[in-house]
Amino acid sequence: MRQRIYLTPRYGCINYESMRDDAADLLFGRCCHILGDYNETGELGMYDRKFLDKLAKRRQEWEKTASKLRERRSLPRFFTISGDDIEELFTPDMVPGATDEDYYLNEIGLPGEYPYTRGVHHTMYRGRLWTMRQFAGMGTPRQTNERFKMLLKEGGGGLSTAFDLPTLMGYDSDHPRSLGEVGKCGVAVDTLADMEIIFEDIDLSQVSTSMTINSPASMLLAMYLVVAEKRGIPFDQIRGTLQNDILKEYIAQKEFIYPPRPSVRMIVDLIEYCTREVPQWNTISVSGYHIREAGSTAVQELAFTLADGFHYVEACVERGLDVDSFAPRISYFFNAHSDFFEEIAKYRAARRIYARRMREKYGAKSPKSWLLRFHTQTAGCSLTAQQPENNIARVALQALSGVLGGTQSLHTNSMDETLALPSEKAVRIALRTQQIIAYETGVVNTVDPLGGSYFVEALTDKMERGAQKYFEEIDRRGGVIECIEEGYLQREIAKAAYRFQREIEQGERKIVGVSDFVMENEKVEIPVLRIDREVEQEQRDFVAKVKAGRDADAARQTLEKLRAVSRTETGNTFEAIMDCCRAYCTLGEMCDVLREEWGEYVEPPSAMVAS
Amino acid sequence: MEHKIRVLLAKPGLDGHDRGIKVIAAAFRDAGMEVIYTGLRQTPQMIVDAAVQEDVDAIGLSVLSGAHMTLFPAVLEELKRQGAEDIMLFGGGIIPDDDKEELEKMGVDKMFTPGAPTEQAIAWLKQAVEQRRASEKS
Repeated sequence: MRQRIYLTPRYGCINYESMRDDAADLLFGRCCHILGDYNETGELGMYDRKFLDKLAKRRQEWEKTASKLRERRSLPRFFTISGDDIEELFTPDMVPGATDEDYYLNEIGLPGEYPYTRGVHHTMYRGRLWTMRQFAGMGTPRQTNERFKMLLKEGGGGLSTAFDLPTLMGYDSDHPRSLGEVGKCGVAVDTLADMEIIFEDIDLSQVSTSMTINSPASMLLAMYLVVAEKRGIPFDQIRGTLQNDILKEYIAQKEFIYPPRPSVRMIVDLIEYCTREVPQWNTISVSGYHIREAGSTAVQELAFTLADGFHYVEACVERGLDVDSFAPRISYFFNAHSDFFEEIAKYRAARRIYARRMREKYGAKSPKSWLLRFHTQTAGCSLTAQQPENNIARVALQALSGVLGGTQSLHTNSMDETLALPSEKAVRIALRTQQIIAYETGVVNTVDPLGGSYFVEALTDKMERGAQKYFEEIDRRGGVIECIEEGYLQREIAKAAYRFQREIEQGERKIVGVSDFVMENEKVEIPVLRIDREVEQEQRDFVAKVKAGRDADAARQTLEKLRAVSRTETGNTFEAIMDCCRAYCTLGEMCDVLREEWGEYVEPPSAMVAS
Repeated sequence: MEHKIRVLLAKPGLDGHDRGIKVIAAAFRDAGMEVIYTGLRQTPQMIVDAAVQEDVDAIGLSVLSGAHMTLFPAVLEELKRQGAEDIMLFGGGIIPDDDKEELEKMGVDKMFTPGAPTEQAIAWLKQAVEQRRASEKS
């Protein structure tokens, strides 16, 4: 079926203003209220009256000089990468909400304690550094196995698997739609046999493995578990993370197969299984990364991601699972974009919003359920093909914001990613960047060193308010799935992406090496890693060989069992998928059964426009 | 009055990264063109069918998955098969310089690389369509 959307010419149709609606209420407006709002003891929240009078006086004097100097501006506008105007200066009286006597304890608090604004652990990186987890996967399972072994040898702590597009979309390497895509942006996996090769000579009880897969997440985790099963490793020793976040696929990355509702059901099936059988597995990594890459603002990333996470929690509770049984295994994945403080505020706000909601709305009793643990990846979309070595600096600064924001694991992008798959040298530099942050900069010495910064706290509060507004709007529209089906979230992101592009083209925003500081006749001297075309043929031959060598009846029977379970309301698809994997059914065969039963999702035209 | 430029934008293959193509769609629209966006995961035949049916001046493809050396030639082939070679073909995405040259040699009218401003694509398309229309008249 072909779908089309007609865009008729219109001028000036992008509503910029709505993008930065609450910039105005940010500080000056609210701090006036604060100054008039003393409590009974004559103290103002964290500060006493005498101090505030003194400060007000000093600011008046300061203002005289500042107002003269304000004529001179080093840049035309001071605003975040999300398009929010930022105030010039922050002093203690300017933190909104500070009238509350308990502001410090309730909003900022201490690390490792509710609401976790300052971090999920008491001692953070003094206890353990973040996991340096580099995403890798290319070509054939054999090549990926070699890259994994290299990363483990170089000191990487966790493996992170990238799959190729046919795998992500649930097609076998020999499907016509896979033509030209096999092994291109990740490793091709068709059957259990491929998974066995990827993890050859790697002890699955000793590594933690992350798999970036969504629509067919159940199939890939099942293959991984069957590899462990065949090697006699008990499932309670298996550690890792599955992305398994389908909602952001509809919103941003668009790697969906089935409609939203059966897709969410599969996720709940998997969570139900893992909660019982694979207790150390992080069942879902609710991802804002792709939402941001699609062009969203920081607040949109924060709000849409948390809204997705809350949807999964509600779906599991509806299934009858106890919130404290599964919530500790839900983790998050955020982008580290270039606006340093905005990013840090985003992570801090995320932890606080999540802890409160999990405790207050969903009644989680275990503190482990309140913790928002997250992985961070530097922003691929911020990297430039021009002067690609500059990307090393971008990545380093973005990674630093993730660390100062309290991330649990980190992927640093390679400088050559806008050109092609990263070369081994570029991957090594990216990993070294993390090691430099960890071992040379000293930022790990103190927990949440930016906590209490007037600017950072004010920005954190503002992020929370911005997210809250979106939660209300999503609820008003009937929930996340309704918003997806109606295209609302997709349009909000596309609007922000277009605004950003226009800011660059109108000269408001500079991109080093692209809009400004351009090198004429630049010759890019980055070696580009190419995936041989033979990979495709090799993989097609291999899947044919596996199919020829398996017990065809067993494969057929397990597929029919999967079909039967998919037709029930309550049967667990994950268990049926495990059986299919044991019988060497291909990924495409399993996905096709569910395509036939549940249908394929087509994006609504309302999601395809930019405004 | 000069009739408007009609352009079909499409995402071929399995790649779902649609940020760029939506930005381009909005920019072309705001530059006064008539834009038809096909949505995701279109086969070369679906794309050329739509282009012929909509009588467009040009097709723009966006590929960020690395499959461009398969997908662009397939669309060229399909244009030829349907006798629609008067429709121009351009594109963008993560395209290494060598591939850009090779694709342009094969008959793709123009490839844009990462970081190209939308203005550049607009200017190129306007000029190319003008030239094409002038040569058709003469």
